Amino acid sequence: MSKMKKTLVSSFFSSPKIAPYVFVAPFILFFLVCYVYPFIKTIEMSMEQIFGFNDVTFIGFDNYRRLNNVHFFNALKTTTAYTFWTIMVLIPLPIILAVLLNNPATKGKSFFKSALFMPALTSVIVAGIFFRYSFGEQATTLVNAITGLFGMEPRIWLQERGSAMFALVVLCTWRWLGVNIVYFLSGLQAIPQELYEAAAIDGANAWDRFFQITLPHLKPVIIYVVTISIHGGYSMFAESFAYWQTHTPGDIGMTIVSYLYQMGFNDFDMGFASAIGVTLLFIVMVVNLIQLTVMGFFKKEVN
Amino acid sequence: MNYQIEKNGNPFEIKEKKLQKGKWARVITFLMLLFFSIFALVPFYFMLVSSFKPGSELIRYGINLKLQPEIMSLKNYFLLFTGKEGIYLHWYKNSVLITFFQTLVAVFLSAAVGYGLAIYRFRGRNLIFITVLIVMMVPIEILMLPLYELIVRLRIIDTYAGVILPFAVPPFAVFFFRQYALGLPRDLLDAGRIDGCSEYGIYFKIMMPLMKPAFGAIIILQAMFSWNSLVWPLIALRSNEHMTLPIGLSSLITPYGHNYDMLMAGAVLSVLPIIIIYILNQKAFISGLTIGAIKE
Repeated sequence: MSKMKKTLVSSFFSSPKIAPYVFVAPFILFFLVCYVYPFIKTIEMSMEQIFGFNDVTFIGFDNYRRLNNVHFFNALKTTTAYTFWTIMVLIPLPIILAVLLNNPATKGKSFFKSALFMPALTSVIVAGIFFRYSFGEQATTLVNAITGLFGMEPRIWLQERGSAMFALVVLCTWRWLGVNIVYFLSGLQAIPQELYEAAAIDGANAWDRFFQITLPHLKPVIIYVVTISIHGGYSMFAESFAYWQTHTPGDIGMTIVSYLYQMGFNDFDMGFASAIGVTLLFIVMVVNLIQLTVMGFFKKEVN
Repeated sequence: MNYQIEKNGNPFEIKEKKLQKGKWARVITFLMLLFFSIFALVPFYFMLVSSFKPGSELIRYGINLKLQPEIMSLKNYFLLFTGKEGIYLHWYKNSVLITFFQTLVAVFLSAAVGYGLAIYRFRGRNLIFITVLIVMMVPIEILMLPLYELIVRLRIIDTYAGVILPFAVPPFAVFFFRQYALGLPRDLLDAGRIDGCSEYGIYFKIMMPLMKPAFGAIIILQAMFSWNSLVWPLIALRSNEHMTLPIGLSSLITPYGHNYDMLMAGAVLSVLPIIIIYILNQKAFISGLTIGAIKE
């Protein structure tokens, strides 16, 4: 009897109708536990005043009203500027380097490719150790020594708003340059070679070929890289942590996620921190939509 | 960029001037690539050199790239085993085990999901796939507070399980496996069924071996991600003995006692395994990355 039951159960699960659901079940479960529940929970928490898990009062939108403060706007500015600058650097520069690497006449390609990709293997902390001391305040530290060669005064790089942003973008460029080069190289290799040959016969010079053929063909890759850069830029925390840990004097280098971390895990103001998180999610969605519309991503889908 | 055509043996006549220009372009190309490669490699060199010097040197003089045999020794590396009651070894062990289990769970589950989405047509398939794509867009950092609350409630705070849970089925890996499985020959599915294989038998015995390259790429990428991840372990782990390498190393950045001696040597040993795997297997690193960029 029990044997029959067992075969019934096993034949139910292995029927081609049910099997697909068994395969995708882990994701459904994961999505419910790690995204849906936390998402609902964070919206609920953002409307509460929380002193520990069992001392909770509903306060409506008060936490969102508290976002109207100078620290949040500093964090928003820092995060937006960081996203903007990383995109301004980490799109054109890797495209140029990828074009150079894609050229059959370039020597030592495999060495350059391996070398440029190496930083992507490290953790932010390991990278941060180097850049923290490179941007140190003494006149002898690496960056001050280099700027000194050009007759500039030594600066306290990590304590001034503008130079702190520069340090963040340099760290990000160091870690991601090689990865973006790999993306663009794969895009370049997908461009049919005949297009270039035809253009050369038509008398197009290198600039024409770059702007008329290479760039338009790289557009899908550019859209992809901009999308992940917005994602990475707005959720950035680790780079800031590597430079300043969680204490940032005068909000320098403090991103929205660092602010969320400070409020939630240092000050235990969980309700307010949740309001920061919900707002950030909203910002990321809006920025992504604007970006995809501007880049004409949806237009292509309709056609 | 002009020389590209000439090199390809283009029949058009090559003017002397053009050749000259091509030479300069080649030199500038080389110098530019060299500059950025040095920029990429200097931090590694610095770390290696500093790891043999006393930490007090770094505190006093900042970054110094010189080889100074008179003050260099293996002392810092020995200190990793003895300093702070060997806490570094705990961090290393935690990083190894978390990376191992996280990769195992993530790859096993996401491969099954990706395969299911690619091979079968069933109700809800598109909805699930769109959900995967949307989830890829949501930064997990936004949910770190409620996830923290979740692992506290589940009583898995400060455990490996707590670190692994929010990355158990990484959407990027599901996406990758689905793209790969779309290319699997569907005739094998029918052939397997005729031979009396169950749906799972077909997956494990026939299809999985065919997905080997995809497994290689995702194992490497996921392992690298787990090994280097900082933000979530920082929240999910509380006690010093349970920390992973990135968190442990970041706690050494304060110039106190022998911290700096351990910091540099510790950082070198934390990067070393990944660099070795990378050098042995560069292709797999790169193929895993590019699947996202070129869709369809």
